[in-house]
Amino acid sequence: MKGSLIIVGFFALGCICGLFHAIPFDIEKTDISFYTLCALMFCVGLSIGNDPQTLKNFRRLNPRLVFLPIMTIIGTLSATALVSLLLPHRSAPECMAVGAGFGYYSLSSIFITEYKGPELGTIALLSNILREIITLLCAPLLVRWFGNLAPISAGGATTADTTLPVITQCAGQQFAVVSIFHGFVTDFSVPFLVTFFCSI
Amino acid sequence: MFTVIGLMLGGMGIGFLLRKRQLPRIHGIITALIWVLLFLLGIEVGDNKQIIEGLATLGVEALTLTIAAVLGSCLTAWLLWKILYKRKGDET
Repeated sequence: MKGSLIIVGFFALGCICGLFHAIPFDIEKTDISFYTLCALMFCVGLSIGNDPQTLKNFRRLNPRLVFLPIMTIIGTLSATALVSLLLPHRSAPECMAVGAGFGYYSLSSIFITEYKGPELGTIALLSNILREIITLLCAPLLVRWFGNLAPISAGGATTADTTLPVITQCAGQQFAVVSIFHGFVTDFSVPFLVTFFCSI
Repeated sequence: MFTVIGLMLGGMGIGFLLRKRQLPRIHGIITALIWVLLFLLGIEVGDNKQIIEGLATLGVEALTLTIAAVLGSCLTAWLLWKILYKRKGDET
């Protein structure tokens, strides 16, 4: 939670700097954010490849539960595509790109800003932060209404770290491995799916 | 557009080759880069009058999308739950 607050803090600080033109040159005309994004993705790749624990964990996974991340992706994308009908000035791929952040707000908002501009990027940031918050707050209700796998699907890409404690508390300790696996797979899908929906 | 994904896959390969060696600072670097990028996003948003004036609308759109996304994924998770545990007990 503290990490999320710091991130929102940096975003807010940026908004204030932009509002008062505190930065002497035009950021949008430079490639700073693109190169920073490249550096970030390289580091994300490094950290995934470097972690031997992830592979070890997956050997203990119930094979039938490998479908859970796929269900999350299908459910999220079809629901956001449907909602695009309610939002007349947003196209279905734009809504699906926001949904395809799966709660990974830092990365998805950065990608969407890069490809679709800051307006949709802001929606992606807000929407994906909300997804994490809703999961943290509503996990017990989701278990009661939709079964033990629901908070894992709701948590999207965050279920390997930030929402893992609340998931194991509400759904049970035996769901920790599938939660980590699910978080890892959806996390990994974010750059691919977001790029895909931004390019169509 | 695919440069970024290529870089991530390249990073994974290098990370995997270096798996015998710990990279303790990598998470700190990732966090710092995320801070920089969100700061830059903030500047673009703050600089853009249209977005600042429409922030409330954008918030409502974001909330609508999120609620839909959560409900949609919960429904599919419920479906999987029903299929997997219909006859058996509730052990994973």
